[in-house]
Amino acid sequence: MKTLTGPTHIQLTINGEPRDVFIEPHYTLLDLLRHPLVGLTGAKPGCENGDCGACTVLLNQKPVKSCMMFAVDAEGKTVLTVEGLVDTPVQRAFLKHFAFQCGYCTSGFLLVAHALLHEIPHPDRHQITEWLRSNICRCTSYEEILAAVHEASES
Amino acid sequence: MTSIGANIPRKEAPNKVTGRARYTRDLYRPGTLYALIVPAHIAHARLLAVDTREARALAGVKAVLTGADAPFLTGDVIEDHPPLARDKVRYWGEPVALVVARDMATAQQAAALVHCTYDPLPVVNSIEDALRADAPLVHEAVGSYTIATPPASPRPHSNIADEANVTKGDSDGALKASDVIVQVHVSLPQIDHAAMEPRVATAEILADGRVLIETSSQAPFEVQKLVAQYFQLDPGQVTVSVPLVGGAFGGKASVQLEVLAYLASHAVGGRVVTLANPREVDMESSPVGLGLEADVTLGATQEGRLTAAILRFYLDVGAYADSAPRIARAIAAQCTGPYRIDHVHADVYAVYTNHTYTTAFRGFGHMPMTFAIERAMDELAQRLSIDPLDLRQRNALRPGDRTPTKARLTPSNLGSLSETIERLKPLIGWNGGEPYPVAPHRIRAQGVAAFWKTSSSPPNATSGAIVTMNADGSVNLSIGAVEFGSGAKTTAAQILAEALRIPVSRVFIHEAVNTDTDPEHWKTVASLSTYMVGRAVLDAAQDVVRQLKSLAAVVLRCAPEDLDYGNETVFVRDDPSIKLTYADLALGYQYPEGDSIGGQIIGRGRFMIRHLNLLDQETGHGRPGPAWTVGVQAVEIEYDDLTHQYRLLKAATVLDAGHVINPAIAHGQVRGGMAMGLGIASREAVRYGPQGEFLTNQFRSYKVLRLGEQPDAYLVEFVTNPQVDAPFGARPLGEHGVLAIGAALANALSRATNMSINQLPITPELIWQQRRNAP
Repeated sequence: MKTLTGPTHIQLTINGEPRDVFIEPHYTLLDLLRHPLVGLTGAKPGCENGDCGACTVLLNQKPVKSCMMFAVDAEGKTVLTVEGLVDTPVQRAFLKHFAFQCGYCTSGFLLVAHALLHEIPHPDRHQITEWLRSNICRCTSYEEILAAVHEASES
Repeated sequence: MTSIGANIPRKEAPNKVTGRARYTRDLYRPGTLYALIVPAHIAHARLLAVDTREARALAGVKAVLTGADAPFLTGDVIEDHPPLARDKVRYWGEPVALVVARDMATAQQAAALVHCTYDPLPVVNSIEDALRADAPLVHEAVGSYTIATPPASPRPHSNIADEANVTKGDSDGALKASDVIVQVHVSLPQIDHAAMEPRVATAEILADGRVLIETSSQAPFEVQKLVAQYFQLDPGQVTVSVPLVGGAFGGKASVQLEVLAYLASHAVGGRVVTLANPREVDMESSPVGLGLEADVTLGATQEGRLTAAILRFYLDVGAYADSAPRIARAIAAQCTGPYRIDHVHADVYAVYTNHTYTTAFRGFGHMPMTFAIERAMDELAQRLSIDPLDLRQRNALRPGDRTPTKARLTPSNLGSLSETIERLKPLIGWNGGEPYPVAPHRIRAQGVAAFWKTSSSPPNATSGAIVTMNADGSVNLSIGAVEFGSGAKTTAAQILAEALRIPVSRVFIHEAVNTDTDPEHWKTVASLSTYMVGRAVLDAAQDVVRQLKSLAAVVLRCAPEDLDYGNETVFVRDDPSIKLTYADLALGYQYPEGDSIGGQIIGRGRFMIRHLNLLDQETGHGRPGPAWTVGVQAVEIEYDDLTHQYRLLKAATVLDAGHVINPAIAHGQVRGGMAMGLGIASREAVRYGPQGEFLTNQFRSYKVLRLGEQPDAYLVEFVTNPQVDAPFGARPLGEHGVLAIGAALANALSRATNMSINQLPITPELIWQQRRNAP
């Protein structure tokens, strides 16, 4: 466990790019990513409490709620945000199935689904449900999201 | 038609899957300071003192505001609401102070250092509490507030913020003459909009006096109007911009954070201040959806013809009225549900309590109202041993009938409930509503419920559209409707594309709304954008076509009447080879010699809602909206009579949508509404402790539907009777999926359990308790 008492620098990789960033001890990973000096606002503050998943990013390829971990804990690790997803099967499937309305929760769902397909290339409905239950969407019926993830898993 | 009826992806869709879609909180302005609401943690008290000294002394704190810094009252109908509590606290979560600091962490620290001294008062913790003869008053001055937008009828020395009523025929007499009478009391808690984006507003006051507000609002023009009014500014000084909004559901139609953000900016010399609600504050301090207690009495003949209805609705509007008087009138106007009843009396009371104040919620009061009516309809069906769908069919409103407010119904303004009912039967596999066992302790049942809704908008609601043509003949469309997920922008682009006979890809539409540059649109509410914006867009398109033709007529040496258009050209009708392209005309026409005529093609369009009126205060008669959207919903469940748990198997909606402009978006809207309605009916409730403590300010205590909890199948079909005055005949449908699905669930579970389940949410615990208390 690292103890910070004031501003410090950490190194980590964000979307493939090695970064040396300045943090305050209280910064969450979400704070860091959305800070104007990093400027990745794709991860959204929805509850900042771990309940909604709108802030989900991948840390060493595993989904984490970036509001629930300190930035310092990402030191030396690899972070993938929605901005790092480029024309992936999951994104294409979300577009095709109209799997979002307001779009605020979408980054989180995309990243959970992306990680799921990395871990389990052909998940069954139960596995999809288990992974995606971590996130809340208030606009859609979830059916569109399920259809999108299902299709992405077939590609 | 190529653009209408096509599954055009949302214009902004690529941005939404790449993190490039920007919402209010994503827009950083250099030098931003951060504000935070300090919520009261008491529900009803005299506010004796707010000690801000410790908070102010903290390094990095720029200002701490209290009620003394905001000596005025707000409220879009009744001005009863101090922006920051003054003298009294009226609900748990009410803002008592506002801290402004150089960063969010400092603001959080400072908020914890604000100390309030309270003298507790007895808490009005329910509608029942509020209506007692000796009830403590939430507002001592209830009779003397300014009514900013009549009508509203607060009752002096009471907790009645407003009452509305509707009378048609002789309900008492007709009820006495009825063969059968059923009475139902329903009880619904307040609910939270739970948009994924918490509310946020940013304000800056420039040196030249201009005010820049950026906000997650459904009502930028209302924000502009009210901020100008409260702070004695010219409306033109106030620029309100709204980027993409992360879900709204009515909860962002109210003006709250914008006023506080302005106050905060003013307190720090006009610097940029962002006020972003943490989720907990968003739930307890910003408005929620109203709770309801209702008594419904229906009379009918032995054959199941409705003869009379007497209805009493008590709305738990919480501590401030906000739009409750308008919701009360909407409930009164549609109080019978979509049924013909000749003798009706309804009283609707908006009741102040020491609960969080409320505002519009998807359906504008029609969801709780529908629950009450539809439970009574099912009780009546059981009493008469009539198939509940048949009962609804027998009484369905038809063209030629009149609404409770005596508005005349036509094929255009009503559509056909009857057709939707017939279509529902095969869709859900309707079995008549009889529950049946499928395994030991496992019972399956279906439930149905019907709805209708109109806009209940002000009679002077207006909308506009501006179209400018680019050099290549493509067009830019400017409208005042906000994009919060409903597809409002895309729909408008489709309508313009169709009218100009160009592909949707040739229409450019910006995601944001800006009150400086976009024409006024009343509010993005009431499922009205397609209708109002669409009409304005059609008007603007006509203007564009007229300009194209008149310029082309000069160049082609013919009359404008000789010209037709298509394929981005204007051509002579009888010889299409004589033509000019849109690009030739877009910025004026230049002759080969170099001299030029005309100028940019700039189309303007506008629309004003017509023939509406405020309901008569005595009788409630009047016309509350341009048209009603009708439909019917069904739910099939499997209930376990040992554990009282149940599974959602199917949920179905058939709605008269008129001509659907974008089927994929329309289906998504309806399914999403159904999901929300099922969540509300099965698990959602704002809960208060014995002293009015707000108990459900997180998603772990306020539970919404998660993936895996949805029905196995959502079934949605549309019937297509056009609304003649709507663009391409499209009827409103944004809110409607939510309206009756909860009632359908309660009807299914009432049948499965053989009890009358008249409360929400229907948790296994509720069923168990009701079973245990049953005689």
